[in-house]
Amino acid sequence: MNLSLLILIPLLTAIAILFCKGLKQVRSVTLFGSLVQLGAALFLLYAYWHERATGNTTQMLFEDGYVWYEPLSINYHIGVDGISVAMILLTSFVVTAGVLVSWKMETMTKEFFILLVILSAGAYGFFISLDLFTLFFFLEVAVIPKFLLIGIWGSGKKEYSAMKLALMLMGGSALVFVGLLGLYFNTYTSSGTHTFDIIPISQMTIPIDVQKIFFPFAFIGFGIFGALFPFHTWVPDGHSSAPTAASMFLAGISMKLGGYGCLRVATYLMPDAAHYYSPIIIVLATIAIIYGAFATMMQKDLKYINAYSSVSHCGFVLLGIGMLTQTSINGAVMQMVSHGLMTALFFAAIGMIYDRTHTRWTAQLGGLLKVMPFISTVFVLAGLCSLGLPGLSGFVAEVTVFMGSWQNADTLYRIATILSCASIVVTAVYILRAVAQTIMGPINNMHYLSLSDATWNEKFAAAILIIGIVAIGVAPFWLNDLISPGTQNIIQHTISAVTLK
Amino acid sequence: MTSQFFILLKFELLVAVIIFILLFIKVGSSEWKNKTVLNVVNILLLVNLVAGFFMNHDGELFGDMFQTTKLIELQKNILNLGALIVSAQAYSWLKNHKHVLEFYMLLLSTLLGMFFMISSGNLLMFYLGLELSTIPLAALCNFDLEKRQSSEGAMKLIISSAFSSGLLLFGISLLYGSTGTLSFSELSQHLNGSSLQLFAFILFLAGFAFKISVVPFHLWTADVYEGSPVPVTSYLSVISKAAFLFVLVSVLYHVFKPISVSWYNIILLLSVLTMVIGNLFAIRQNNLKRFLAFSSITQMGFILVGISGSSQMGTASVVYFLFVYVFSNLGAFGVVAFVSALTGKETIDDYKGFYKTNPFLTWVLTISLFSLAGIPPTAGFFGKFFLIMAGAGKGNYVFITIAALNMIISLYYYLNVVKAMFMDANENPIEKLSVNTLPKLAMIVCMLGIISIGFIHPIYDYIYSLSFGF
Repeated sequence: MNLSLLILIPLLTAIAILFCKGLKQVRSVTLFGSLVQLGAALFLLYAYWHERATGNTTQMLFEDGYVWYEPLSINYHIGVDGISVAMILLTSFVVTAGVLVSWKMETMTKEFFILLVILSAGAYGFFISLDLFTLFFFLEVAVIPKFLLIGIWGSGKKEYSAMKLALMLMGGSALVFVGLLGLYFNTYTSSGTHTFDIIPISQMTIPIDVQKIFFPFAFIGFGIFGALFPFHTWVPDGHSSAPTAASMFLAGISMKLGGYGCLRVATYLMPDAAHYYSPIIIVLATIAIIYGAFATMMQKDLKYINAYSSVSHCGFVLLGIGMLTQTSINGAVMQMVSHGLMTALFFAAIGMIYDRTHTRWTAQLGGLLKVMPFISTVFVLAGLCSLGLPGLSGFVAEVTVFMGSWQNADTLYRIATILSCASIVVTAVYILRAVAQTIMGPINNMHYLSLSDATWNEKFAAAILIIGIVAIGVAPFWLNDLISPGTQNIIQHTISAVTLK
Repeated sequence: MTSQFFILLKFELLVAVIIFILLFIKVGSSEWKNKTVLNVVNILLLVNLVAGFFMNHDGELFGDMFQTTKLIELQKNILNLGALIVSAQAYSWLKNHKHVLEFYMLLLSTLLGMFFMISSGNLLMFYLGLELSTIPLAALCNFDLEKRQSSEGAMKLIISSAFSSGLLLFGISLLYGSTGTLSFSELSQHLNGSSLQLFAFILFLAGFAFKISVVPFHLWTADVYEGSPVPVTSYLSVISKAAFLFVLVSVLYHVFKPISVSWYNIILLLSVLTMVIGNLFAIRQNNLKRFLAFSSITQMGFILVGISGSSQMGTASVVYFLFVYVFSNLGAFGVVAFVSALTGKETIDDYKGFYKTNPFLTWVLTISLFSLAGIPPTAGFFGKFFLIMAGAGKGNYVFITIAALNMIISLYYYLNVVKAMFMDANENPIEKLSVNTLPKLAMIVCMLGIISIGFIHPIYDYIYSLSFGF
């Protein structure tokens, strides 16, 4: 399969939207584009399994490349392994659901959908890149549309949030930039040039002193995207001010760019430094998990609840990466996929509630189950997945992370694991309380009785995400089989780095 | 010999011929309407640009006074392109102006001066070209004849450039005193890093720093930019700076190669100062012209990062960035010039709610600003990436980190303008403006350049193949 299609389809969709007239045409073209993309992603999954089944064991499949800037040995180089396929599937699910949820968007529709589509193109490009330049290019493509999305269509103190998000994320990418340049100038190919290509760099031995300098740049840079404590402050503001679809994209996709980058670039290419800095990462991740959970307890706004719980949940991703065992990294990737689907579903449900009741304050809501059973069920499902109910994806991912973490016998790692496990209790408290206050109980406001339940597009959007969550929860081995060759590769790389020393 | 004279001096002769044609039009037919004159001039400039791509030969003239290489021809083509775009954007301002022909004669004289300066192989020729390129600029700054600010700007420019020329001449005379030659190729053989020569170099560089407005020699910039008519401001900030930077790179890399360790440190210091101070001042500006002035100061800081690389990558990245910069800065100035000519509004507050009334102009300005900020997929991203990459080749990562963080600060104020146009409410926004064909064409050319250059990699490959370093 030609992977460039994954970037071309969104770009063609954006161009098509440009020439559309009228609201109807715009949104049907966007939906068509995202469905085609979903189809392409599913086909990619099929093609991937097919290749693997026929005994193709190369690390990256469907590789493709063009020379971009020859004098600087910068190439457009793309390819996927299981981890990328999982992330691409996640992106296409969230994008389709996001487009469906924004069906009622009426102000500046054309610009809105074009920006959404460009944002998704950036994410797809990021996940398929095997060249650090291409990767960085797409990482930045996925930032600025968010500024406009939040600033124009957002709510609350949207300008402030948009600016904060844009500056913090671009700050992260500036750090990544320095890290990548440092890597580049310390690579030496047989022809005497430097390279940005991930595969050759992974086969080189980069001096450990160099790794120690540039690992923090890359890890913190990507960490800012993935809500690494203490650089998580853009998350609550950004998510709560964004329009529904943008929140779904932010939490479902953008934060995963960070986790994926930490794994693929920082840990994979600088394995010695990853071991060296592992305790610090663990401590920061544990703080994020616990701090995020307790901060969520204090929130009264539904979007803030989900945003802070995202900080906590993304902490598990970084914890899994920092633990550096195969199971924990497996868990980290599963948590990325699971959290992406779950949080998108959560934001979609919150958006649907807000569209009808025009409030996100838990105190003003109540008894919604009676008037909008479908939306309430979706809300409860997302909540249960968030607190880790067995049978849904959250449980699988978190348990895998914990099991992997426990394999590290060191005291600090054990303490971190125990503390992170304990945070689940806090999660249960805030989720159940939020559910009780908004969904259960008596109806606070008689005006709510006249509200309608979900429309077809909202049901469709929720169904797509729920299918993903349940599928992973019931049959986690599918996802596990998909990603484990990729994670195995990464972990072998980090282990061999240590033994070489 | 004569044929070679004509071929090597092709660029200069063409511009000179155009100046004479304009002079004859002025003398012979004073009855021409402004619109006719403008159309004729733009066609002439277009011919000039196209002619620049044919019949190019490398060589030297007048001993080693004048030299031309493929890279120099490319640089002249970039300047020609910039001049054409500026001229097209000046349309709405000039169509009611009394002295159109004089404007173009002065403008083209400065272009001629820049051509001689870029091609110079000798300090005397260099100085001649430099003066020819700056003195008419002061007259151009004064071209809003009724405005007091305009003449104030012109006075500031003439005084500061006279001062910087003085520094430059002092530096040149000391260099001559210690080496006994004015020729670039011989100078580099006689440089040994003695303290007299270092002092001379610092004076020489200070003269340059004035022209490209590098901190702490930037103080004239904002006032001159604010006072001058917008097309002149854009000419000053893009074409004139690009010409000086082209010369600076070749002088630093060729002539002052023996003392490269010393100049690396000076450039590093100037670069950090320029980026930081340019950024801090740009944040506080409300007038868009002043804002663009300070943002262009910051851009000079980034260019110095590329120059500090002193490799083939360094030259290539500077030329490439300036090529991109022509499109991005002229795109931004094009909108500001147009709005200013029609409504006289120039502050960021005036631009609030601009998107509701003028979506096309807003997108042009937004994309140009994104390109200036270095956001992909615009060409500015590639330009900045290569500049900083060239600087990183030296291995000084503290410096590179400072540069990268300054990109974020600059992003803040570029986004502020975008925010004003898209998000802020305004009760009386700028009314709907209809754009003339010629300025619109110029804007579209800028947009096409910004969007496509990064993906047409042969452009960079070609520049790289012509570049030099050590």
